[in-house]
Amino acid sequence: MQRHEQIRAWLDGIERLALQRSGPIRLMEVCGTHTTAIFRSGLPSLMPSNLQLLSGPGCPVCVTAQSEIDAMIELARQDLVLCSYGDMLRVPGIRGSLEQARGQGADVRTVYGALDVLRLAQSEPTRQFVFAAVGFETTAPATAALILQAQREGVCNLFVLTAHKRVLPALQALLSQDALPLDGIVLPGHVSIVLGANAYQELPDRFRLPMVIAGFEDWQLLQAIHHLLEQRIAGEHRLENLYPQAVLPAGNRSAQAMLERVFESVSAPWRGLGEIAGSGFGLRAEFADFDAARQFHIVPKASRAHSACRCGDIITGRAQPFDCALFARTCTPLHPLGPCMVSSEGTCQAWFKYRRTAAMELTR
Amino acid sequence: MSATIQLGHGGGGQLGDELLRELLLPRLGNRHLNDLLDAATLEASGQERVALTIDGYVVQPTFFPGGDIGRLAVSGTVNDLAVCGARPIGLALGMILEEGTAREDLERVLDSVATTAREAEVEIVTGDTKVVGRGAGDGIYLTTAGVGLVPAERKLHPKRCRPGDVVLVSGTVGDHGMAVMLAREMPEVPSQLRSDVAPLQRMILQLLRELGDDVVFLRDPTRAGLAGVCADLATNSDCSVLLDESAIPIRPATRQAADLLGFDPLEVANEGKVVAVVRAGAVERALECLRENKYGRDAARIGVLGAPRPNAIARCEVQTRIGGRRFLSKPYGELLPRIC
Repeated sequence: MQRHEQIRAWLDGIERLALQRSGPIRLMEVCGTHTTAIFRSGLPSLMPSNLQLLSGPGCPVCVTAQSEIDAMIELARQDLVLCSYGDMLRVPGIRGSLEQARGQGADVRTVYGALDVLRLAQSEPTRQFVFAAVGFETTAPATAALILQAQREGVCNLFVLTAHKRVLPALQALLSQDALPLDGIVLPGHVSIVLGANAYQELPDRFRLPMVIAGFEDWQLLQAIHHLLEQRIAGEHRLENLYPQAVLPAGNRSAQAMLERVFESVSAPWRGLGEIAGSGFGLRAEFADFDAARQFHIVPKASRAHSACRCGDIITGRAQPFDCALFARTCTPLHPLGPCMVSSEGTCQAWFKYRRTAAMELTR
Repeated sequence: MSATIQLGHGGGGQLGDELLRELLLPRLGNRHLNDLLDAATLEASGQERVALTIDGYVVQPTFFPGGDIGRLAVSGTVNDLAVCGARPIGLALGMILEEGTAREDLERVLDSVATTAREAEVEIVTGDTKVVGRGAGDGIYLTTAGVGLVPAERKLHPKRCRPGDVVLVSGTVGDHGMAVMLAREMPEVPSQLRSDVAPLQRMILQLLRELGDDVVFLRDPTRAGLAGVCADLATNSDCSVLLDESAIPIRPATRQAADLLGFDPLEVANEGKVVAVVRAGAVERALECLRENKYGRDAARIGVLGAPRPNAIARCEVQTRIGGRRFLSKPYGELLPRIC
């Protein structure tokens, strides 16, 4: 079948299947890149009215706890170079963002990859460099590689503030919460390449939910939605890997080995989900010399986001962007109040940028 | 002259004269520039209006695949004139150089300015040189102001747009921004990406000659890319804009680089493309005309204007490859620093 015929078949199938349920059908993805890809492809506009596509805690910037963000900004204000991925720059902290700190004289530099920090540290040996390491299992291996390389080359002016998180514990915590009835999960793309399909094996049975690993192309997302719906209406709950060309059953073993070598599982704070045991990556004792928190005496302080910001609810699917009083009014991409609006993978930014809501279209 | 730029070269004295004599005049000299007066006087007939534009160029790196700051400084300003329907008649070139810049680099840039100006059929008629201390600048900064003449009857304006008018683009989008970004951030990655930087006055003026009033509006999609131009069009005309995603030409290498670096090609700068809004009946002629020019070979029809929407949010939309719809909005801000 030609691709466009296949697409038509899946769209018709989704329409047909959705009719078999009178109430709402809720499918959730847990990958920021999926969030953006879904909106950019125009999929929400093609779904039957009772089918909701929800975003879960899949945006690495969005799930970073306020206390972690404030720690980064506090570090930036010291006499060192803070390196971070671009998306972190505009996230509001208690006393402004990293970008604002830079405007006030802090040395904050954007990097595209973790190893860039090594090059920078080596080129300026008299300065201390701190890398704000954010992200899931997709970016954590690069941080591990950075630390191993720095150790091999005897680099002493490089430190890492680890805020990496593990997706599986958060997904399990979310699904155990019972708060929101879901009908299926689109499992992350890039994270799955590292973890492997087998990592999710027991989840569909445990939570009695169909789960599908999906790629990022428009047709792959459509296929994923179709297959989830098909399973759900048939009363099935299986794991399907629809991205087998990239996601192997055992995943990327060398990436896993690097993670195992450098990190150990620790408890970590998640925006919207609180503290989750075993959900963070902490540096093993052998690499304590690279720990920025230890070097610069950073003590995690409980901080609060803007009081009306509902990012925490939005990234757990308990609310949608237009449920937040700030959305598109005082909180916009130009003047963001929370990470979901700042991040290019944030739910609120995706909604604002690509498709606010039909309700807003009618009322304006 | 010395092998590197010194502070004195910007002082307007004998050292400065040496730079002009040895580097600039041999490459850019003409009857206006040779006199080295503070201003050049240019001829205009009574019926024409004068178009004036200015742009600063701070691109990093100075030399990138497909071009350099010199080619950019001429093309960018010439294109800004051309999209107003103006025939460029003179450029003023301002240079702010960092002390210690290699003479060889400046010569290469000036060669590029000369070549591109010849292609753009325009002369550098006056200019200025300043030198700042080491660390106070960053290599070479250029500013070009351009003057052009617009025939009295030409009126290109978003308010002339009507529902049913068609949106064209002269070729592939996202090439310049991605080429510069990749060269800067991942120089070790081998790539076919090239900036599309080019002066388009010949192609644009030919289009205007052939189609006349059937060309309603022109804009070059530089910073903020195609998305910026179309979002602005939707705001400033009294029409909605609907683009067809599968019709927008994008090079595979550009798309790959954009995916790698996390950008949307529609939001990335172009320096050798034009977006044209033409009356529906003139589309075929317009495409034929653009495609005759080497810079317009991939020209395509990419969208259509529709009735105005009361809701400002949804004025500019894209019909996606799978038949869905999504908004197209203007990018927030500094997506890609220092690409122009």
